[in-house]
Amino acid sequence: MDSVLRGRVWRFGDGISTDHIIPGRYYHLRGDLPALAQHTLEDAEPSFSQEVSRGDCIVAGKNFGQGSSREHAALVLRERGVTAVLAVSFARIFFRNAVNVGLAPIICDTDGFRAGDEIEADLEAGVVKNLTQGFDRTFSPLPAVMQEIFADGGLVPHLLKHGGYKWESTR
Amino acid sequence: MVQTLVEKIISQRTGLQVRAGEFVLAPVDVVLAHEGTGVLAIEQFEDLGKPGLSARTLLFCDHAAPSPRKELSNVQQRLREFAGHWGADFYGPGCGVCHQIVAEQWAKPGSIVVGADSHTCTAGALSAFATGMGSTDVGAAMALGQIWLMVPETVRVELRGEFRSPVSAKDVILQIIGLLKADGAIYKALEFGGPGLAQMTVEERLTLCNMAVEAGAKAGICAADETTRLFLSEQGREVDFSPLSPDRDATYEDVIHVDLGGLSPQVALPSTVDNVRSVEQAAGLSLDQIFIGTCTNGRLSDLRAAAEILKGHQVHTSVRLLVGPASRRVYLDALNEGLLETLVKAGAILLPPGCGPCVGVHMGVLSDGERCLSTQNRNFLGRMGNPQGEIVLASPATAAASALRGELTDPRRYLNERGRSHG
Repeated sequence: MDSVLRGRVWRFGDGISTDHIIPGRYYHLRGDLPALAQHTLEDAEPSFSQEVSRGDCIVAGKNFGQGSSREHAALVLRERGVTAVLAVSFARIFFRNAVNVGLAPIICDTDGFRAGDEIEADLEAGVVKNLTQGFDRTFSPLPAVMQEIFADGGLVPHLLKHGGYKWESTR
Repeated sequence: MVQTLVEKIISQRTGLQVRAGEFVLAPVDVVLAHEGTGVLAIEQFEDLGKPGLSARTLLFCDHAAPSPRKELSNVQQRLREFAGHWGADFYGPGCGVCHQIVAEQWAKPGSIVVGADSHTCTAGALSAFATGMGSTDVGAAMALGQIWLMVPETVRVELRGEFRSPVSAKDVILQIIGLLKADGAIYKALEFGGPGLAQMTVEERLTLCNMAVEAGAKAGICAADETTRLFLSEQGREVDFSPLSPDRDATYEDVIHVDLGGLSPQVALPSTVDNVRSVEQAAGLSLDQIFIGTCTNGRLSDLRAAAEILKGHQVHTSVRLLVGPASRRVYLDALNEGLLETLVKAGAILLPPGCGPCVGVHMGVLSDGERCLSTQNRNFLGRMGNPQGEIVLASPATAAASALRGELTDPRRYLNERGRSHG
């Protein structure tokens, strides 16, 4: 995976749930990801799916991805070309899912980011630059196990590459 | 080393003495998925190319069962075929909600359960470490028989006093989520305990642990005590019991105290679970649909609480009342007790065992502008199939009282009125 991501900001607030990201009423489309992804974030920003561009980033507030475990929430974002989600905090299952499917979850202070800002996130250095507004934000890198999984492009490629988890228990 | 319940379970299962904050690879005892998450999980399992399943795997048709459309029928068929080929346990339409069946048949003290459903944490009521994950983690657990975990910090929820019917465990957990907020326990475990918890039945503990994830928690958990042993014995699996409790001086990230004695019925107003009020503050809110059921409140004691209020009365003409037992076992027990007759005579629409309209896929999708009071665990925008509808969360007793009046109603008012008239 690229460790430097550059894209345009879509701005959301606190508590974006997996129901916002991909509503349960499209349950029957979960086997058809391109069709499902047409409805990405429909209940939070109806124009999102049509107007999002490859490389765009989500910037949100607290508890992004709360609710259902549906991995399709991370998958539809990736399918629509989103490369990273910056949030003050993430719901834990979404956080794991994002790493497992190769979508970068970044925990940082998101105050001051505006829709349309150009940003550049360096995942190894732990710095996000807001190129439009000219400020930087630092963030902590992923835990070691998640770094390994993300670097290999997700959990299944990681397990295939290493014949299991490369990483071992810290004790 | 003194340990919390979760530290103790992960230590026992890994053979390591673990503390909160450490990362471990842990063995998995039970893995589950359903028709919303299962196909992706089994595809990931198959991509890993292992010769067989490495953990007990349960596949459920509960979220949209019987299927409302061909795409989901095909998904259910795929799960059935996979289970037959690989030797997974398949629970088809009509068996019930996955979490209820895990509680009845599989979860046991000290076990590790992972499921591709966020409410997998329900099984913590039986002192299992049970947590929801995505399909890929679950597919990997099926293939490898292990998962990676960060041992969570624990928030101890110390319950004191005793609530009195019609106040219930649902009101307790709604109040706790109102205190913690939806992100108050992210990555943490909620360990429920204290004298108030000791008096609760396993069905009530299941309601508490079910909603731990609504505060962001990785797990909800209760000690395994005599109540746990009796429950397992009633399910015909006393052999699965072993006592388990946290150490006296275990280290908690925080301790919160809740006095059950003074508790009012609670509700969560649209459209976040932490938008909690006491019923008095919201009484009179108009309603169009009422749903009693789900993995949160579709158990026998929940149907009893509803039937007690509804018996001999009629649901208000302005509302629909839907009732869905959580499992076939609950359905049969309610049938044998006469509860289903009471509910249907009162005007309820009886649904098959399963998730019912909670996920917005079938059987009770709201129309534009409608408001539903449900005993489920989530009221997010669009959850019941229509972002133009609204959802209020409450207990079965509050749901039943509200069904009789067609508006949000304090169940104590109804029971008190009836109590006087009877006597």
